[in-house]
Amino acid sequence: MIQLVFIAFALLSVVSALVVLLTNNVLYAAFSLLVTFLGMAGLYVIVGADFLGVAQILVYIGGILVLLIFGVMLTNQKGTKSQGRNDILTENTNRVIGLVVAAGMFGLLYFVFSKGHFAEVQASLFTDTPLKATTQTIGLQLMTDFVLPFEVSGVLLMAALLGAAYLSTKQK
Amino acid sequence: MEITSTLFAAKAIYIGLIFAITLGVAAYSTYGERIVAAWMQDRVGPDRAGPFGIFQPLADAVKMFMKEDFIPANSSKWLFIAWPCLSMLTALLTSAVVPFGDKLDLGGGIEMDLQGIDVNIGILWVFGIVSLGVYGILVGGWASNNKYSLLGAIRAASQNISYELAMGLSIIAILMMTGSLSTKVIVETQQNGAGFLSWNIWSQPIGFVIFIVCAFAECNRTPFDLPECETELIGGYHTEYSSMKLGFYLFSEYINMFVSGAVMATLYFGGYDYPFNEVVEAQFGQNIAALVGVGALMGKALFFVFVFMWVRWTLPRFRYDQLMNLGWTGLIPISMFNVVWTGLSILIPTTFNLPAWASIVVSWSGIGVLLIGLIIYHGATSKKKTVALAH
Amino acid sequence: MQQLPDVIRQIPLNNYVWFSAALFCIGIIGVLTRRNAIIIFMSIELMLNAVNLLLAAFSSYKADPAGQVFVFFIMAVAAAEVAVGLAIIVMIYRNIQSIDVGILNKLKW
Repeated sequence: MIQLVFIAFALLSVVSALVVLLTNNVLYAAFSLLVTFLGMAGLYVIVGADFLGVAQILVYIGGILVLLIFGVMLTNQKGTKSQGRNDILTENTNRVIGLVVAAGMFGLLYFVFSKGHFAEVQASLFTDTPLKATTQTIGLQLMTDFVLPFEVSGVLLMAALLGAAYLSTKQK
Repeated sequence: MEITSTLFAAKAIYIGLIFAITLGVAAYSTYGERIVAAWMQDRVGPDRAGPFGIFQPLADAVKMFMKEDFIPANSSKWLFIAWPCLSMLTALLTSAVVPFGDKLDLGGGIEMDLQGIDVNIGILWVFGIVSLGVYGILVGGWASNNKYSLLGAIRAASQNISYELAMGLSIIAILMMTGSLSTKVIVETQQNGAGFLSWNIWSQPIGFVIFIVCAFAECNRTPFDLPECETELIGGYHTEYSSMKLGFYLFSEYINMFVSGAVMATLYFGGYDYPFNEVVEAQFGQNIAALVGVGALMGKALFFVFVFMWVRWTLPRFRYDQLMNLGWTGLIPISMFNVVWTGLSILIPTTFNLPAWASIVVSWSGIGVLLIGLIIYHGATSKKKTVALAH
Repeated sequence: MQQLPDVIRQIPLNNYVWFSAALFCIGIIGVLTRRNAIIIFMSIELMLNAVNLLLAAFSSYKADPAGQVFVFFIMAVAAAEVAVGLAIIVMIYRNIQSIDVGILNKLKW
């Protein structure tokens, strides 16, 4: 049962990621990325990280992807408007090189992972402790062990906000 | 908890009922909207279909279905058809985590929560789904291939994103007080203590005001209905939509109103809690008490729906720069102040060993501090402006 | 009803590893072959997501929340990256009316 759910979400994510890769219409790419993110959120829930699943929806779908779609609409090339339609088109180049590099990368990953014996590792090493509610543990960890990275990421976000606002103001 | 077939069947019936009630309330909200409008403007309102016009929603539905379903030639057909449905879907999904009532005793030691599902991230789920709802408008507006639709859609999306921030910050104050993201736990912490005096509204007045303003903006209701501003944008994001696809967009707005009313009741007004519920439970048993609780939550949610309509026919529409100004320079700083002040109101009674009502006093004194701060700030900035004008 | 962690562990960890590897490679192809700068951004997000999922999977199979905290930080960094990156892309579009990375070769020499 749970395997079927996993396969469904994984297929959803991979197929829509392929659409991102192959489609010519930039906005279709953005919407299939939305489906990929939703599938990933489902996978987070299956893996037991429910807080991350919702954070995925809030951050990636509610924030990042909306920004990307704004970017697409703001950088709408006038040259691609054919026959009154508002499609925003683009194209692929260097398909062969890309495929070769990605195949090489996948081969490398395959080589490494097949040496990894995750099945045995999973059976023997990883302890079978019960999983608690993740929200509370993540919050505690953020405020105790990881408090310095937490503050630094706050500073980083602030700096990014200021930088983005500065970049996008019109210079006089 | 063991999931038995009885519980499963009961849960299925419950979810179906919630679905039907949400849709029914949304349908009759359109009727209510007209009645309230007529009452506000000293008119009669709908009175032709049935007694007092109560069949008006059915007549509207028939009209919507019978109209020509028009798809613009140069639109992206799939997106154009799919996204009103998504708008509807996201509006309906939110009610899954709203606790509509307490436990119901089904006999044989089986108890069922009157809630779709109690997840420990409940309120974040609501936020996630609300942020998904942006796409229904954004994509629908883009797919119409009409510049007015696109402008309306971009307005809607930027408005929703801006007000989501202040909304999230006002919820953080609630989370600090309850210490849980689960909507059930939020209601239960409001239940213990002195009746309705332990509802969150008493300790979170600023937070509630911010939340209700943001709820207006998220539902695209007047005074924040800039995305469908007729005087500037014809019809906004649904200019090109007709027939039931338009109906879905309008319908999802009413569902959003009802659900946000229920969420507000859950967060600030004790959810299904009502005064003297212990007496009712001792007198008539658990099931009756739970059902009265469902009635109490419905009443609170419907009252908020009425407030939505009341405001719509009272206030004029904002200008777009005023909207963004209010969101970014008004509500977000105030909600940050609210978070800090809530921390103070939790800290002061525990450090000085004061009784529990001290925290309520501290949180209400926050309003005074806020007002004084705003007056000083306003005085300083307006003086600067007059100086600048004089030169 | 079974305990939740047992249900989770019915899926072998290998599945997550292969899924993440596939998604990561799709992201790589996207970065190398697409010419629209925004789609390159999307491909980078895909790669980040693949890594995030793997981190979350390992963390919950080991019942150690540190991995999930790490994912949280990656999300924060991704948000910052998109904000600045999109501002840069919009500025580029204002200057040369295109975001095709094939045209942006001024820094090449």
